Amino acid sequence: MSDKFLTGPSPHILGGKSVSSIMWDVVIALIPVSLISILYFGLKALTLLVVSMASAMIIEGVFMAIRHKGLKSAGVIRDGSAAVTGLLVALIMPPAAPLWLVVIANAVAILLAKQAYGGIGNNIFNPALAARAFVFMAWPAIMTTWSTPLGLDNWFADLITGATPLGGADNTLLEMFLGNTGGCLGETSALAIIIGGLYLLLKGHIDWRIPVGYLGAAAFFAFFSSQFSIQDVAFNLLAGGLLFGAVFMATDMVTSPTTKNGRLIFGIGCGLITIFVRKFASAPEGVTYAILFMNALVPLIDRFTVPKTFGEVKVS
Amino acid sequence: MKRFPGGIHPNYNKELTADKAIVEMPLPKKVRLLLTQHLGPPCSPLVVVGDKVAVGQKIADTDAFVAAPIIASVAGEVTAVDAEGIDILTDLDNSGFSGQKKTYSSPAELRQLIREAGIVGMGGATFPTHVKLTPPEGKSVSTLILNGAECEPFLTTDHRLMLEHGQELVEGVKLLMEACGAKTAIIGIEANKPDAIAAITDLTRELDNISVVSVPVRYPQGGERQLIKTLTGKEVPVGGLPLDLGIVVSNVATAVAVQQAVNLGRPLLDRVVTVSGRGVAEPKNVRVRLGTPIAELIDFCGGLTADAVKVVNGGPMMGKAVADLNSPVTKGTSGILAFTVKEAREYEESTCIRCASCVDACPQKLLPNYLALYSRKAKLDLAEQLHLFNCIECGCCSYVCPSRIPIVKYIQTAKNRIKRRRRK
Repeated sequence: MSDKFLTGPSPHILGGKSVSSIMWDVVIALIPVSLISILYFGLKALTLLVVSMASAMIIEGVFMAIRHKGLKSAGVIRDGSAAVTGLLVALIMPPAAPLWLVVIANAVAILLAKQAYGGIGNNIFNPALAARAFVFMAWPAIMTTWSTPLGLDNWFADLITGATPLGGADNTLLEMFLGNTGGCLGETSALAIIIGGLYLLLKGHIDWRIPVGYLGAAAFFAFFSSQFSIQDVAFNLLAGGLLFGAVFMATDMVTSPTTKNGRLIFGIGCGLITIFVRKFASAPEGVTYAILFMNALVPLIDRFTVPKTFGEVKVS
Repeated sequence: MKRFPGGIHPNYNKELTADKAIVEMPLPKKVRLLLTQHLGPPCSPLVVVGDKVAVGQKIADTDAFVAAPIIASVAGEVTAVDAEGIDILTDLDNSGFSGQKKTYSSPAELRQLIREAGIVGMGGATFPTHVKLTPPEGKSVSTLILNGAECEPFLTTDHRLMLEHGQELVEGVKLLMEACGAKTAIIGIEANKPDAIAAITDLTRELDNISVVSVPVRYPQGGERQLIKTLTGKEVPVGGLPLDLGIVVSNVATAVAVQQAVNLGRPLLDRVVTVSGRGVAEPKNVRVRLGTPIAELIDFCGGLTADAVKVVNGGPMMGKAVADLNSPVTKGTSGILAFTVKEAREYEESTCIRCASCVDACPQKLLPNYLALYSRKAKLDLAEQLHLFNCIECGCCSYVCPSRIPIVKYIQTAKNRIKRRRRK
């Protein structure tokens, strides 16, 4: 009679969150930015998103099947983490990026940035950003060729080359807020990013400390380095990949600190480096490298921000 | 009211038994009384096979301070004595108990009465009550906190005791205050038991030094350190005891047991157990003699359903899985829960994705992710540096973990390895 019962450890009831429920929630959170990118950049955006997501999942599935010598192991792609990576890779590509480049980027993300470290949970760097850093270095011309948004009236038209706000385009702040500007697929619309971010906050998948630290530090730095211009602060927060990075990239669980204070410090570090690169370096944008650099510091941040445990108080 | 850090909101499932009055189970044919039913060293038997024992007779004891004696919960003949426990074949006709009010002339004598009655903390931790009530040299107790939070899901024994034995509970609180020298008492009850709050508030209306406080519903509100934080704003120092703050925390069932021991002369013979979960046919709150086989208790509640896969002794968060249904009810058995596969599914653990849900849920402000990691890698010194021993094993971390890592199990393993190493 006794051997028919389970004898696992306490607690005997478990919460409803699983790795895959979190990952698919992230995919859901990315739907608004994906839709906006399709709205502004047409069929090209749709193709990029689909090809990128599919290639990430296929590459991960094939790798796992080979590594564990069995097709069954490819089933891990159901956990949604490859889908998230694929979607993120597409969303940080210029709209005119060729499909082969996106496939290479995904191969770098999955194989070099994730599986080489031992797979999900073990990677140091955000896979999508590591992939972007790689293709940016290898094909700088492609990665800096931007397109003007199409708009609904000529949605089926071909993309036309144009500048981004950071590259000198003349956009109003409202256009930047709605996403009607040049830029990477997912980064143009602050509104869509905020909707996705609120969803993740509501679901408890991201901690406010990272985006607030990131945006707060960036705003602070921009304010003081521009002789107190509110206009400049708004521009810097809305332009480029800052908001997208703060909400979807810096908040990646695997590559951000696990302590509460650590998360705040991590966000602040990302914000300061981003604005530093934008203002004082020769590159127009610094989000990718800011987050990757802070990723490298995560073990150190965790170690130096161990919280005071409950009851660690002075006894009178 | 202060807020303790972390915590979780599991499904409480108390509706299964919350409105079911306590029923008394008929005497079992045989009981098995374990020699360790408290936190501390085991008792040594005072009887041998063949002895006839009376109900309420002391059958095992020890000189160790942190221990409580074992009392025969039924009358009958001793049929086995081994390293773990004593078996008694019940004399069904003579197992009713009658006693009389005990007298005492000092707090120390009162504490001795409590010890001799075999009373331990009945919330589950089973720390001997007389030890808890003894202020160390040079320290005094100002406040008694009575723990009526009952934050473990499913369990409703304290809830029912407060409703059905409120007056005894209040008398028990007065005795506990006298035993430890506390001037005031606070009875903390989770807000999801408004009827109990109303009943106890009513009974204590005339008493200036006893107050009833409704505390927020959040697991583990009934953790000793968490409840102290909520009610007083103070944190028990790491490695210290509530006594360091002049506080003693006792549980509802313990207070009722103390009242019976002193005013009726009735030692701890039985306890109320919530038998619940969807794997049991008729969930109930049952008064049952200590030593009753769990299987008989379950049968009294209609038996297990066909899809029951796990039986737990205690609450679902901190209780232990029962491997052998013939094992007995002990002083710490607050619940016997039978779960179906839907309730207690066991998962394969996967890699930590560093989501830090455990960090945010930990009421002791630890880093459970690193504790589990260091335990797995046998880096015990690093685990200790991160205050491994401040973990109360409440289970919040494992509960929230999306990778289904049994974090508490890893922490227990590390604690045990360090303790073994220290003994060498």
